[in-house]
Amino acid sequence: MMQAFTRLTGNILVLAQENIDTDQIIPGRFLTATNFDDIGEGAFADWRYDDAGELVAGHVLNQARARHSPILVGGHNFGCGSSREHAPRALLGFGFRVVISSQIADIFKSNAQNTGLLPVVLKPEQHARLLQMDAGEITVDLERCCVIVCEESGEQHNWPFTMDPFARHCLLHGLDRLDFLSQAEPAIQAYENGI
Amino acid sequence: MVSAPESQPQSLFDKLWNTHLVQAQSETTPAILYIDLHLVHEVTSPQGFDLLREKDIAVRCPERTLATLDHSTPTLPPDKDGRRPYITEQAQRQVQTLRNNCKEFGIELHDWDSPSRGVVHVMGPELGATQPGMTIVCGDSHTSTHGAFGALAFGIGTTEVGHVLARQCLLQNKPGSMRINLDGRLGNGVTAKDLALYIINHIGMNGGTGHVIEYTGEAVRGLDMESRMTLCNMTIEAGARAGMIAPDQVTIDYLRGRRKVPQGEAFEAAAEKWLKLASDPSAYFDHEISLDASAIRPTITYGTDPGMSVAIGEMVPVAVNASQQKALEYMDLSSGQSLAERKVDIVFVGSCTNGRISDLRATAKVLRGRKIAPHVRMLVVPGSENIRRQAELEGLDKVVRAAGAEWRLAGCSMCLAMNGDIVPPGKTAVSTSNRNFAGRQGKGSRTMLASPETAAACAVMGRVAGVSEVESTQEGE
Repeated sequence: MMQAFTRLTGNILVLAQENIDTDQIIPGRFLTATNFDDIGEGAFADWRYDDAGELVAGHVLNQARARHSPILVGGHNFGCGSSREHAPRALLGFGFRVVISSQIADIFKSNAQNTGLLPVVLKPEQHARLLQMDAGEITVDLERCCVIVCEESGEQHNWPFTMDPFARHCLLHGLDRLDFLSQAEPAIQAYENGI
Repeated sequence: MVSAPESQPQSLFDKLWNTHLVQAQSETTPAILYIDLHLVHEVTSPQGFDLLREKDIAVRCPERTLATLDHSTPTLPPDKDGRRPYITEQAQRQVQTLRNNCKEFGIELHDWDSPSRGVVHVMGPELGATQPGMTIVCGDSHTSTHGAFGALAFGIGTTEVGHVLARQCLLQNKPGSMRINLDGRLGNGVTAKDLALYIINHIGMNGGTGHVIEYTGEAVRGLDMESRMTLCNMTIEAGARAGMIAPDQVTIDYLRGRRKVPQGEAFEAAAEKWLKLASDPSAYFDHEISLDASAIRPTITYGTDPGMSVAIGEMVPVAVNASQQKALEYMDLSSGQSLAERKVDIVFVGSCTNGRISDLRATAKVLRGRKIAPHVRMLVVPGSENIRRQAELEGLDKVVRAAGAEWRLAGCSMCLAMNGDIVPPGKTAVSTSNRNFAGRQGKGSRTMLASPETAAACAVMGRVAGVSEVESTQEGE
């Protein structure tokens, strides 16, 4: 059962590098498991651990706040590369509920929507502002499809984002898309009869 | 995006999309797209099968599902007791899980005992399971390979693997369309891999995001099927959903007589239909690009994304942003440096990109009568067991071994390095695979992507080099 997502206020964690591919998010050697139970342990493993297997001190993902920052702000073209669903699953396992970028790769985006990780694409200047903030609390509201950011100056931004209406509906209610597909069974049979 | 009515001129992509609609897209729901062929491998399927068990659903169309073992499988032969050298027990369990799932749900699996077992995107076309006009999916981004046949083929996630197993359909919004027209002919010694790298360099590693790309033009028509597969395979590296090439006589000739295509008159009837799939002359595309293929030279990547490439002999370009600078640091290169100075430690020939018989022949042609440099380790990994046997019939294995390289069993191997075939930290690999991401071939690995010809030349010279250098400095047979 996919966890529903309506609205979340939480800290951001910034990984500003562009083109963060799914091999970075979860390296290939973590893909031999036959379930997703511990997949979060491998999230960004090559960034978080050195060649000797020790935690890289000072890496933002190894700071205490990383596990308390449910909103990942990634550089442009986030999630490119392999179609491995292990990538959004690893981010969820690590503690993220939202990924924000100025562009998110197609397959990653669809996998994220299917697994309950909310992918949010903002305009480049809004995205740039979040990268600059580096930390701090924001609100992601899926009901209103907007990101709410309060600057230290007191200025408040309300940035709308677009989302596929069906994906939004499923995320808001934690619905399994397979159930929707299963309801279409008569149409599928009719199609097959026509082949 | 709403599909054009069928009376209007349609692209190849439009035709495939429209004929596979079980239910059209609406304002609130995606389209339901029927899937003709579902390819399955051990890595991205176990949780999909679990979904079926959870919901007590059978595999809807086992006859439209085809499975193989490729990613987690060792490429070294079994020991004298018949034990395969799996990297971990978990990898072996993953393979066993697919075996169990295929047995439970009645799916054709190409296991160790199958003479056709191979990398999923090599095996499908080889068996003729991949056919023009089909929708094809697999839990693997390089499913784009099958677009070479005029199929709509794309990678999906594991949850969607479950959807297709259960309902033979996918929920999809129609992507945008892009046509890349490749004028002119590829020069001597220039391959489909060079063409693909050139295109990605030109449009960027995210240049195709949200789109299905159709490749057209003289250069594409001039490619054989294996080269077309290489080109469509790399389409995902430009971020595109799928790559496609309209079927023509080259496609038909490749497929005729293959095991899973219709035989005899039925084949000729199918072929006639397949030839009509080509885009109508005035079909609409959201984006169109024209490139001059005759200007392309043998190419190699120098960074950590497939868009960062240069022609062999060119200097490392200036980094234009922080990401490129970081990539250069990772690769231990600097702007303006000559790549010819770069020592190569490992050479990998194989993968769904370049592990076919023509790739092995091209490799052997460079290696014949020569030795790889003493400090280089080279792996040659056929894309399927059929290809391995064909290559051995032609004596290519002997050429490879005589040159000092390793000849392996079929599999994905060092392309994603999850089976134990890895590039050690800090080492430089020239690889015929598809991704040069940091750590892709093993933590700390530095990958340079190139064609099989170039990879073999680098192995012989022990540094980054083109085939012409090998020919001018070393006598072959």
